Amino acid sequence: MQFFGGSEINPSPQVPTASGNNAHMMYVFNRNGVCLLYKEWNRPLHTLNPQQDHKLMFGLLFSLKSLTAKMDPVKLVISSSIFPFDVDLINFGSIYPVCSADKGNLGVPQLPGQGCSFHSFRTNTYKLSFMETPSGIKIILVTHPKTGDLRESLKYIYGLYVEYVAKNPIYNPGSPVKSELFNTALDQYVRSIS
Amino acid sequence: MAAIYSLYIINKSGGLIFYKDCGTKGRMDTNDSLRVASLWHSMHAISQQLSPVNGCSGIELLQADTFDLHCFQSLPGTKFFVVCEPGTPHMESLLRYIYELYTDYVLKNPFYEIEMPIRCELFDINLSQAVLSDRVALLGR
Repeated sequence: MQFFGGSEINPSPQVPTASGNNAHMMYVFNRNGVCLLYKEWNRPLHTLNPQQDHKLMFGLLFSLKSLTAKMDPVKLVISSSIFPFDVDLINFGSIYPVCSADKGNLGVPQLPGQGCSFHSFRTNTYKLSFMETPSGIKIILVTHPKTGDLRESLKYIYGLYVEYVAKNPIYNPGSPVKSELFNTALDQYVRSIS
Repeated sequence: MAAIYSLYIINKSGGLIFYKDCGTKGRMDTNDSLRVASLWHSMHAISQQLSPVNGCSGIELLQADTFDLHCFQSLPGTKFFVVCEPGTPHMESLLRYIYELYTDYVLKNPFYEIEMPIRCELFDINLSQAVLSDRVALLGR
């Protein structure tokens, strides 16, 4: 028996976005801040143009790493600072003399792997997972906020990078990645992350 | 076993107005705490710019190897953030409770100047009680 007419009975469930998965975008940077790879699956909002966006992302991560190294409550003795003055990142142009603390001063350049590093942060609209390898390659994956711990996934992605990019004899280190095989394998893998 | 290492309150311009550390771990001298607070204020703002979708209100949780940082931003823009051991539960409700204490003992204090460093005894007393570990567990209920 039909009580209501027409097509309102079963409204189609919300169609998932074109990519059908959680990932919004991904960045790969090298130690000098060059963006080796930027992949976008689902990004409705573009605040800045691509170059500025990459620079901002790299800058944010660089500063966050420096912040976490400083805030680290476990006192590790890092090689004592060779910089006698601490440059205050916020007050441009003012310099404070600081006695070298256990963790080094805020803003001192850190080697990859040195000091405590963060592995993810979450906002109300996205979750950013970050991994830095000892060679300075930074892999960033921006996903849905309810995503779980993606450290293993990032390690796997780094494995893909090593196989398809680093071991590619034609690839010029420090230049953007143009490998089709890498892109395909990466795409397949990221779509399968729940 | 202090699960909470320290608490910071930042005003809407990014200046540190309150800093409290619990125990020797994570203790920072005044200058460093001021810098860290300002740096966090900027990072919070930049993270909103990088959001792929509309309506981002900044970092709520930062997870590092040896600590977690939970941040709560009130509607006027005052930020409360707490540095704690990784995996400490109920930090969001603790931050909301601290915000209640802030409104009760700081904002309602007629001698307190807004955006200035907090020097309210009742706030300190109630805050110390709130961060005792057994109380934090109660907040999670």
